[in-house]
Amino acid sequence: MVKKLPKTDVVIVGVGWGGGIIASELTKQGLNVVGLEKGQERETEDYYMAHDELRYAIRYELMSDLSKETLTFRGNEKMRALPMRQYGSFLLGDGVGGAGVHWNGQTFRFLPYDFEIRTRTIERYGKDKIPADMTIQDWGITYDEIEPYYDKFEKMAGISGEENPLGGKRSNKYPTKPMLHSPQMKMFKQATESLNYHPYTIPSANLSENYTNPDGISRAACQYCAFCERFGCEYGAKADPVVTVIPIAKNTGKFDLRTHSWVRRVLHKDGKATGVLYTDVTTGEEIEQPADMVVLTSYVFNNVKLLLNSEIGRPYNPSTGRGVIGKNYAYQIIKGSATGFFEDKKFNNFAGAGSLGMVIDDFNGDNFDHSDVNFLHGGYLSLTQTGKRPIQSNPIPADSPTWGKEFKQNSMKYINKTLSIGAMGASLPFKQHYLDLDPMYKDAFGDPLIRMTYDFKDQDRELAKFTATKAKEILKEMGADRIDAMEELGPYEINTYQTTHNTGGVIMGGDPETSAVNNYSQMWDMDNLFVVGASSFPHNSGYNPTDTVGALAYRAAEGIVKYSKNGGQLA
Amino acid sequence: MAEDNHNEEEKLDKDSLSRRKFLRNSGFAVGGLAVGGVLGSVIPWGNEEKEQQQAANETKNFNQALMNFNQVEFQVVEAATERIFPEDDLGPGAKSLGVAFYIDHQLAGSYGFNARDYMNPPFFHGEKTQGYQGRLKRREIFRIGIREMQNYSHEKFEKGFTDLTAEEQDTVLTDFAEDNVNLTTISASGFFNLLRSMTLEGVYSDPLYGGNRNMEGWKMRDYPGDQMNYTKVIESEEFQQIEPRSLRDHM
Repeated sequence: MVKKLPKTDVVIVGVGWGGGIIASELTKQGLNVVGLEKGQERETEDYYMAHDELRYAIRYELMSDLSKETLTFRGNEKMRALPMRQYGSFLLGDGVGGAGVHWNGQTFRFLPYDFEIRTRTIERYGKDKIPADMTIQDWGITYDEIEPYYDKFEKMAGISGEENPLGGKRSNKYPTKPMLHSPQMKMFKQATESLNYHPYTIPSANLSENYTNPDGISRAACQYCAFCERFGCEYGAKADPVVTVIPIAKNTGKFDLRTHSWVRRVLHKDGKATGVLYTDVTTGEEIEQPADMVVLTSYVFNNVKLLLNSEIGRPYNPSTGRGVIGKNYAYQIIKGSATGFFEDKKFNNFAGAGSLGMVIDDFNGDNFDHSDVNFLHGGYLSLTQTGKRPIQSNPIPADSPTWGKEFKQNSMKYINKTLSIGAMGASLPFKQHYLDLDPMYKDAFGDPLIRMTYDFKDQDRELAKFTATKAKEILKEMGADRIDAMEELGPYEINTYQTTHNTGGVIMGGDPETSAVNNYSQMWDMDNLFVVGASSFPHNSGYNPTDTVGALAYRAAEGIVKYSKNGGQLA
Repeated sequence: MAEDNHNEEEKLDKDSLSRRKFLRNSGFAVGGLAVGGVLGSVIPWGNEEKEQQQAANETKNFNQALMNFNQVEFQVVEAATERIFPEDDLGPGAKSLGVAFYIDHQLAGSYGFNARDYMNPPFFHGEKTQGYQGRLKRREIFRIGIREMQNYSHEKFEKGFTDLTAEEQDTVLTDFAEDNVNLTTISASGFFNLLRSMTLEGVYSDPLYGGNRNMEGWKMRDYPGDQMNYTKVIESEEFQQIEPRSLRDHM
């Protein structure tokens, strides 16, 4: 027996950054919003004991419970996909605030090139530069069109930063000044400047100073305590949905936030969404929430899973390249990095903040000539200082033992004598990389899991080698006595942590044939259904994705309000 | 080695001075802006006094008993983890840091039962890139792994693992780490990797979990543990020697 509740204006599935932003914007405009979140309530008070590396960083306190739901993975269609039984490659957020709680706060805009990647690549290099099975496409929105929404997200979150000398044009400065510079960052700055690159301070959602945002939310400055990634911030200094947009939505009295509510289907009739079906995980009761508009704001995989399990949209077919749901799954190429050993230095590597660091974009996007390299796009190179915690950080020379006396001595010696240059390599989509439903494995409610088919390509191997070489060059200029760099990228492995920047599957574009949503994140095939998040990225850039997710959420909110008045396709 | 000793001496010289400096600097103010309101109570005041009291009240550690292993298993794990992280002139090893107790306690709880892992059938042998695909839980892997280490020790040296010399123990561990042992139920290197990673967890996790005794694991590598504020440290050109704190200081 399904319990049917009274109808609401809008139902949101997943209350992280996307859901929080949309809830706050819509309730401000007078719409009634129900927010369904499968996890629990989270508050700043929960982080009283958050400086616990084992509980949060190693045992994944804030992450989704894989015993209930995971995904399956295979490198190619010939392999049998098997479940990701334990965490490794990426981490799935959970609870109110979602992945917005445990992020580091690095808040980059994508480049103008990203939004028109196909057009600009062909203009500069010709069509033959794009490999036959690489499915890059324009986003159906330009940088200039998305810029005001970036600005809005950055003001709401109070992003601390300075202008990227090689980035798109900004309408306003960052709302707060850049983070402090450590000696390590100064070394990076000096070295990259002497190499004629263009360093700038990483734009940060860890506040550099006390800040009151346009909604009237005040937050205190970051204390550089070194517990950001995988942790919640006990100061509220790191912008997350729980300390920014969700309270604004709640204050309107129009936001009904229901935790422990696991949405299983989007209900629809005659081409319109009619609401959602969810299970109250505390009682097992099945509940129908009717709504005029439905907004999917859960993580990439769950947005795709909900559409496929609800039989909405045209599933992607990798043999024909037709269909759109599940298309253009992309990731990021992180391993092309290097570590430098400095015998005569001792750094305060234990101190830091999630988005403390310096970065260059000289090899990102199309900021350099690709005529003589065998890959497209690129990535940023950065020195970050997120705080080296002892279980996870035991830097040793690559050729030294990994246990025993020599390991112990090396790890003690080098923990504060090593610096790493990391790369955030872009990931471009290929015809063979996609998400669909697994034919065998199910979640806790008997629904099929998402199946990922993905591996690194020559594009990625070339890009990783390139960024590793550049990272080495910078460390050499910084005066490292020894440098260990990635040699070969190897295959994609789901069991080693790389990045939680998964993208695609419900991509945006200007053409309903090749994209699932328009540039308001509105489904081409279902006017009153919006799918918001990194699932709408047609490819993944050489940056952290949250600023773009936030910007697209603000634009979607604007579209939903418009739709609530006039209906119809918005683009 | 000479360099490490030199650093130790330098550390001792700077220790008291930097500590005073840090305490002075950490008396920070954040205004009335903190969202959430736990901030005030999070900052531990008058900590030095509390530490002295704790030392005076030192009593039997009731946490050091077994929840999972039997005595023999415990001794094997204690000996093996000590080889992975041995005592040396830098400081204590796994044994005196309480690592075997840490592992015992972890295996008795949700981690040992793989409570948050996807353990649904069917189980197939996968590619290395697909991660762990076995049906055994960590506590079962440990029980089998320890027994196999004992068997292998007897086979190779005609003695149990704990009766071997340090060099012989290293041989056994190396053969497990490099899959030179033929096992049918578990992966030898998989077991070794689990043992190694849990050893590091026991050395470096907050002492509340039973390892890292007296924060000695942290002290050896100049890790300050759980501090609330490094605003003054960030820009410092000098290495800052800071007395570590643990989550106990928050209670």
